[in-house]
Amino acid sequence: MEHTLESLAAEQHVGGGTKEIIRVTIILSVLTGVELALGFAMMHMPYEGLERHFFKGAILILMLVKAFYIVAYFMHLKHELRNLIMTIVVPLFLFAWFIIAFLSDGNSFKNDKNTWDRNHKERSQEKMPVKEEQTHKLE
Amino acid sequence: MSTTVTTTTGMWKGGRSPFNVEYGKLMMWYFLMSDSFTFGAFLIAYGTTRFATNGWPNPNEVFDKAPFIGGGFPLVYVSFMTFVLIISSVTMVLAVHEGHKMNRKGVVKYLILTIIGGLIFLGSQAWEWTHLFQEGAWWGRNPFPNYDGTISTTNFTNFFFTITGFHGFHVFSGVVINITMLIMTLRKTFDKRGHYLMIEKAGLYWHFVDLVWVFVFTCFYLV
Repeated sequence: MEHTLESLAAEQHVGGGTKEIIRVTIILSVLTGVELALGFAMMHMPYEGLERHFFKGAILILMLVKAFYIVAYFMHLKHELRNLIMTIVVPLFLFAWFIIAFLSDGNSFKNDKNTWDRNHKERSQEKMPVKEEQTHKLE
Repeated sequence: MSTTVTTTTGMWKGGRSPFNVEYGKLMMWYFLMSDSFTFGAFLIAYGTTRFATNGWPNPNEVFDKAPFIGGGFPLVYVSFMTFVLIISSVTMVLAVHEGHKMNRKGVVKYLILTIIGGLIFLGSQAWEWTHLFQEGAWWGRNPFPNYDGTISTTNFTNFFFTITGFHGFHVFSGVVINITMLIMTLRKTFDKRGHYLMIEKAGLYWHFVDLVWVFVFTCFYLV
């Protein structure tokens, strides 16, 4: 059973095809459009409000969906063998711990500092001196 | 495939590639996996710092400029950059697709389009960096107050320039790789080899650059 590079190249015709490319392009554009629409809708919401956080969460989920489409179809991973998919995808689950651990650590650092360091809390409420609009030249 | 492998263990008995991809492509995947951890570490450091800070500048006020139309247009320029990168990813897929069909002219056409897309993106980023620099932003300097007008930290600009810079460097190397592929295609290197597998590897790298931008774009400009 000869396994030359030519035969590998020939085998990888599975999946793909121009139709799939067009379909994924449309999906990615629509998802980006929705993300931007949410971004524009979010602009006038109060900061730190529940509504804003909800929109941010929706944008992050859309981001993951986009990532899935790029990896699965453009990078062709969906049409590879299961063995290969697993060696690539399983290590990335480390990110779940990575994100939860570090972001919650950052959050508790902030809360502890605000609770126990009065000076820190007061200083972070000082307004930034408004400078004269310096270089607002465009072009 | 000449033989049908019925059991999974058969994949590992030798005589065939258990992943059914060539060595170079597999190594490209592993490189991209490690690169995604590098970018992930950067973005998580950014997120952690943001969670640990009272207040943060509003991206819609900081990044609201675009060439020719001036200020007051948040998200406009960056969505243009995002679409350019997505479309260049699409043309790269089409180049790989033409490579499967051994159609040299098609590969050349779509590679050129991909390179143009990459250059437009790099140019846009150069414009944006220059503009921010003129406004007084750089590593260690942050002229933008927090959204509530309070004093901001330089972490905002430090992370922005480091992460978009690192991504821009990836785009740059991607363009260099694509130009190399274009030259090799024009010199008929792949026709002599009998396959266009090299284009696939370059394609994987280019899609990864697009993938990272999806995350950078969301984390810096949208949320």
